[in-house]
Amino acid sequence: MNRLLLNKIILTLSTISALVGIGFLFWILITLTYKGVSSIQLSTFTNDLVEGGIRNLLVGQFTMALLATVVAVPIGVMAGIYLREYGGEKRMTMVIRNLSDIMTSAPSIVIGVFVFAFLVEPFGTFNGWAGSVALAIMMLPIIIGTTDNMLALVPKELREAGIALGGSKHKIVLQIVLKAAKVGVTTGILLSFARIIGETAPLLFTSANNQFFTMDMSGQFPSLTVSIYNLATYPDEASRELAWAASFILTAIVLFINLVGRYVTRNKH
Amino acid sequence: MGGRLFKDFSLVAATLSLFLLVGIFAILFSYAQTSMHEFGFDFLVIDQWEADEDDEGGVFGGFIPIIGTLLSTLIAMVIATPLAMGIAIFLTEIAHDKIIKPFSIAIELLAAIPSIIYGMWGLFYFAPIVQSVFGGNGVGLLTAGIVLAIMIIPFMAAITRDSMNTAPDVLKESAYAMGATKFEVIKDVVMPYSKGGIIGSVILALGRALGETMAVAFLIGSVMSIPDKITDPTTSIPVLLANNFAEAQDLELSSMYYLALILFIVSFALITVAKLYFIGKKK
Repeated sequence: MNRLLLNKIILTLSTISALVGIGFLFWILITLTYKGVSSIQLSTFTNDLVEGGIRNLLVGQFTMALLATVVAVPIGVMAGIYLREYGGEKRMTMVIRNLSDIMTSAPSIVIGVFVFAFLVEPFGTFNGWAGSVALAIMMLPIIIGTTDNMLALVPKELREAGIALGGSKHKIVLQIVLKAAKVGVTTGILLSFARIIGETAPLLFTSANNQFFTMDMSGQFPSLTVSIYNLATYPDEASRELAWAASFILTAIVLFINLVGRYVTRNKH
Repeated sequence: MGGRLFKDFSLVAATLSLFLLVGIFAILFSYAQTSMHEFGFDFLVIDQWEADEDDEGGVFGGFIPIIGTLLSTLIAMVIATPLAMGIAIFLTEIAHDKIIKPFSIAIELLAAIPSIIYGMWGLFYFAPIVQSVFGGNGVGLLTAGIVLAIMIIPFMAAITRDSMNTAPDVLKESAYAMGATKFEVIKDVVMPYSKGGIIGSVILALGRALGETMAVAFLIGSVMSIPDKITDPTTSIPVLLANNFAEAQDLELSSMYYLALILFIVSFALITVAKLYFIGKKK
């Protein structure tokens, strides 16, 4: 075949596939906005699920995700610090780094199954704690990875300057290295939060769901995503509309956090 | 003193993630024991999932959900791979500098949309289209596969783009100087150079598609039967877990753990191969 023609064909196909990709993004966002906005009323935000709103679901989802963040961030950042600042070239460091990297892609439903086995079954009831723990397990490897990578970008000279000033190792790590990597680490935390706030599979049989407003984490806990899954499959129009409203709000939150994360790092890379 | 404590704590935090992984294996494995003793490796080929009438025991085999998982993933890969390659080529070799940035952000936003949203949208907007074009009743293997493809395209495209970007300009320029067309440069310079990253991205996307739950749960039909046609409804491992895990008891529950273990081992193996052998060890 003619080389130039072949070249043209391939380049055209590539451009078309790019347009197809963008097309799907807009298709999804437009239908979501259209269905979502037309289904949202003031009562959507002020009522609980039992009265046809999502107030308790938003509070529940954020409570579980925030609690997961509170647990996963210190552990993840500390683990990242160990890998980059103390671990050196040890075999063990490489093993942990690679395994944690692999864990970021573990199927989320399996994490739900795992948490069910030791936090739901023994207590005989779905509970909010289990949901939080499942989300924290999803979040942890992502935070370890970003902390590790961001600390790696901090120039060696900064650490050497700290040593020259007579700083002890942990002071150098906390006050110089971590400070220098602050923006990157914060962005990593934001993006991983955006990821877990939209998770459904790990919550299905850990927190399950609750129609009523509750802050009692030891029982079934309200979840926005689990509710969307349930509502969408109900046959009545009102449930479906609520599912669209909830989906629109969830996507808006997730994309907003993502854009904030990108905006914060815009000048960095 | 404080320094020692700080170091020790960071070591504990780092090893915790190791324990988590071992813990997941150990728990899945021990809870799957009942089913493993009952069915052994035949579990993989038994095409029944039925409890006895007295609710004690029954025959539970993983064949149908395993086949459903493999087929829906296969459809997704066949559709997603060429499109993702096209997008990566567009972003690295074709697009004007001004377009690259917003376009990349758009693709990454597509990857950030929660999977349950893909499921909802797929069920109400995409399934009817599949139904009118291919027949069937809307939900089934094909619909699940296509929406799964849309989900993994941005992910695959992003990694492929990154590895294509590592091909040195000097090499590309010398090929152009020899009179090569853009496609020849991509095929003979960029592709060989970034082969590892591209294969790695495909395997990673494969791992992600195998374990995807929510989008598929809306779209595959959740029926325990072997599909005859591509539009037939069936089920997959994550979907079976999502819908039936909470109500299962005894042998059935143990069989669910067995399925979860299989899924975990397969995706773990795929991701390990992709990350360690193709995308390259992290420094």
